[in-house]
Amino acid sequence: MLILGIESSCDETAAAVLANGERLLADVINSQVPVHSRYGGVVPELASRKHLENIQPVVTEALRRSGITLDDLDGVAVTRGPGLIGSLLVGFSFAKAIAIVKNLPCAGVDHMAGHLLSVFLGDAKPEFPYVALIASGGHSSIFRVEDPYTFRLLGRTRDDAAGEAFDKVAKLLRLPYPGGPEIGRRAEGGDPRAIDFPRSWLEPGSFDFSFSGIKTAVATFVQQREQRGEPLPLADLCASFQEAVIEILAEKALLAAGESGCPRVVLAGGVAANCRLREYLAARGSEEGVQVFVPPVEFCTDNGAMIALAGTHLLRAGRTLGLDADVYSRFQLG
Amino acid sequence: MATSITLRLESPEATAALGRRLGEAARPGDVVTLGGSLGAGKTTLTQAIGQGLGVPPTCYITSPTFSLLHEYPGRLPLYHLDLYRLGSEEELAELGVEDWLYGEGMAVIEWPDRLGSMLPAERLHIELRLESATARTVTVTAFGSAWEERLAQLSDQPPAFSCQQDQDGGAG
Repeated sequence: MLILGIESSCDETAAAVLANGERLLADVINSQVPVHSRYGGVVPELASRKHLENIQPVVTEALRRSGITLDDLDGVAVTRGPGLIGSLLVGFSFAKAIAIVKNLPCAGVDHMAGHLLSVFLGDAKPEFPYVALIASGGHSSIFRVEDPYTFRLLGRTRDDAAGEAFDKVAKLLRLPYPGGPEIGRRAEGGDPRAIDFPRSWLEPGSFDFSFSGIKTAVATFVQQREQRGEPLPLADLCASFQEAVIEILAEKALLAAGESGCPRVVLAGGVAANCRLREYLAARGSEEGVQVFVPPVEFCTDNGAMIALAGTHLLRAGRTLGLDADVYSRFQLG
Repeated sequence: MATSITLRLESPEATAALGRRLGEAARPGDVVTLGGSLGAGKTTLTQAIGQGLGVPPTCYITSPTFSLLHEYPGRLPLYHLDLYRLGSEEELAELGVEDWLYGEGMAVIEWPDRLGSMLPAERLHIELRLESATARTVTVTAFGSAWEERLAQLSDQPPAFSCQQDQDGGAG
């Protein structure tokens, strides 16, 4: 079963070909980060324009690398939402057109479902059910994944996403975009206990997140230092901020695993590429008797392979899209 | 001509009280623009406006930076926009921003300078300044005669403004 997966919900235009839900034949990503770095974020109009320019070459390249043509495909999978409508529509319309012309079934994949299942693209695969933590620029959520189609939302952010907090703090510190990797790098030489930034745990038993307070705490710290004319301890600042965010993400995920009775935590989303988060979660997981699974780094950020994978499950179950199906911008899984 | 008042809000609760009062007094087509640096409390204020508008507590008012616009159900709909990532007025026009500026609900807009010539003449602008970890200085400016009248009413409501008030009328 050869499935073409297409993703265009935000920064990346991506396409992948997956055989039988397990063997990846090609995975092509055309990132828009250099276009966006000038603005310090994703510019929606630029994003959809770039997706339009990229979509055809990216899909063609994925087929070429797989050594196949459209005629060899058994189905098409495409991200339907959540994301930027203009961007989603580029991939979605392209996929529908291929499906109509080649008379193939088409599956509409929720972007979050793609992330939640992306761990299966690596070698270490968890059993169902498991608890998954998705942390990225647009999302911070904890799900319980029952099977490849059933996702139960346990908690989500009440204000900023974790990746957004990284990006905004990086901006506050005048570091380049994307801010997450930059803060991770600067944190390496710093002391994570140097500055005691507040951890927002919210009310007991809640798996929700709140990252807007820590952003304010960093802003206040920077303002005070600048008013006193003191230099910023950049490495310590980055390390302390990063530690505070990571501690909350990891501890809440472990708590959710404990409470929902499945001692397996899967990490996903762009923030999962953060080395300190992986390290922290692995160490605390082994203390708590929780197995931790992390997808290979290339599948943490947006990619076509995870969409092909989630789509393969949907197509096997006969869950295909009608011609009149549309994209959606807001979160709706779980 | 614009009238403004400056308030010193000593706690997040005082900022929230101002937001709730605004939400409670909201009318269809209202535009509130927000200014202030990162971490100044724009999200907190918008959450309180949502409370005042009757947005259900289960409907979290989250940052629209990534997705540009969030719409929430309430007594009136709340449109929360963050225009930071937009570059030009053409981009705004293509996105259909005007539908939300003159819609049935209240529009709360972060980074309103991106609107350029599309910035509505009738609006309330709230500038938040970080004074300490908890205290904020808030300057509320009414643009247009309708908002000027309403600003006077707003500032006559002590529960929302339980903190020190400085009259700074006639500015701008």
